[in-house]
Amino acid sequence: MLMAVKRKKITVFNSSLITEKSRFVNTILEGAMKALELLTSGNSDVFQVMTMTLFVSGTATAISILLGLPLGMWLALVDFGGKHTLTSLINFGMGLPPVVIGLVVSLFLWRSGPLGNFDLMYTPTAMIIAEAIIAFPIVAGFSFAAIISINPKLRWRLLSMGGTQWQVNWLLIKEARLGLMAAVIAGFGRVISEVGASMMVGGNIKGQTRVLTTAIVLEVEKGNYDVAMAIAYILLIITSTIIVLLTILQHDNKIL
Amino acid sequence: MIQRRIFIAFLACCLAILSAEAGNMHVLQKPAYAQSSTNRNVIVAMTTSIEDSGLLDDLVPAIENQTGYRLKKVSVGTGQALALAEKGEVDALFVNSPKAEHKVLAGGAVINRHLVMHNDFVIVGPDTDKAGIKGKKNAVEAFSLIAKNQALFISRGDDSGTNKLEKDLWKQANITPTGSWYQQTGSGMGQTLQVANQKLGYTLADRATYIFQKHNLSLPILVEGDKKLLNLYHVMEVNPQKFPKVNTAGARAFTDFVLSPKGQALIAAHGKKQFGQPLFYVDGGKTEKDYGF
Repeated sequence: MLMAVKRKKITVFNSSLITEKSRFVNTILEGAMKALELLTSGNSDVFQVMTMTLFVSGTATAISILLGLPLGMWLALVDFGGKHTLTSLINFGMGLPPVVIGLVVSLFLWRSGPLGNFDLMYTPTAMIIAEAIIAFPIVAGFSFAAIISINPKLRWRLLSMGGTQWQVNWLLIKEARLGLMAAVIAGFGRVISEVGASMMVGGNIKGQTRVLTTAIVLEVEKGNYDVAMAIAYILLIITSTIIVLLTILQHDNKIL
Repeated sequence: MIQRRIFIAFLACCLAILSAEAGNMHVLQKPAYAQSSTNRNVIVAMTTSIEDSGLLDDLVPAIENQTGYRLKKVSVGTGQALALAEKGEVDALFVNSPKAEHKVLAGGAVINRHLVMHNDFVIVGPDTDKAGIKGKKNAVEAFSLIAKNQALFISRGDDSGTNKLEKDLWKQANITPTGSWYQQTGSGMGQTLQVANQKLGYTLADRATYIFQKHNLSLPILVEGDKKLLNLYHVMEVNPQKFPKVNTAGARAFTDFVLSPKGQALIAAHGKKQFGQPLFYVDGGKTEKDYGF
């Protein structure tokens, strides 16, 4: 992808006198330099891949919260038959390999599949669908754990004090904030770092469905280790920034 | 508390701006004169060497500007590309395994097959050349020597065009490659060259990917020039009569472009600036019969 960036002749790779160790150090350093170069040169290719990454993983995380948080709460607060089965299913879903989800989503989205008429294969929408399915059980499972660990007496107390169901739920969400933010962080961390499903349903198409992780895979395949390393730095910077922001939110600004 | 609200609002704004940005990019990518119909997308399955050799970076913008279609290329091994065509999941193919292509063509899944370009395969290996194949003019003989010496051979093992040719060469040498000297990576050409480079093994590579990767490799070319090592790339369209969902106009626009003088000139020029030699030689108007197939 980043061929627009002029590849300088990397002489260290050609010289057999240079030891493996210095080559290792060189790739890491050159990667950092290149990352800096890519970020400061205003290279629109890199910028586009970055925004696509954030757009896909952000939307997928948001969807998984909208679906996972209510499910987790419901599981934690309501008793019904089959609750244990559902809970273990969700826990099982947390460990589902992304490539398997990618494959199953592909089967649905292919032209020959049941949703083939929507032309979704190899689009960002397809990636969001797959990533949301990947993150959903994680968010649901963590939310369940967060809500269920609140002392149940609190809920009865609030209800008996005349709170409506919605008011009580909102207070419980606030009470379980730490655990729920952990759910969001875990879900987001999973989708932004995911590569198998993105590759399969997105197709790693330049300018359309290429995200940072699939870009790294492609640059490694092309043998451009310095560029791959540079994108890896960018991915790490983005991920850590977002996780830090979420952590600040989790702790109510107290660690600022 | 107020601080936190402000912070949440800030995060929400960031997300909104980002989404808008991503949305904008979508709009920007559409050429102004793009088709108004919903089917502006053309899905082309192509062999990995076209992307790994950087040719795609030259071709895609030109195709999109000229035709107004948005190209969705899926870089997969030729085996998988042909399988996708047989299911009608893609609109066009750009692949390099003539024998396998003929089977799909005979099955009626694809139509309008045209030769676009060629280059050749080379056998590369470590300087030490344990099997002593350097300078041999016969690829089958070289393969026999590698097997006889149990010298490490790294195969792609991914049913790509290169892999299909490799299996064919083993067959012609009457060898079923098994044992610890024969290892399969199951990945693309670039990755396989890297593995061969690290493990000091022999491998069969297309010249374009080899030249593109040469700066990271310590594997010289040992065998080249055998007629069996010719690497022909064809385009074809998926048969709309068999698969009604195929974007046949888009597929035709794609094949027309790569066969047009402009497309052929782009292919012929690719690599000249960066490597001092072309990576592909254009064949517009020729057929594989011209090469004795």
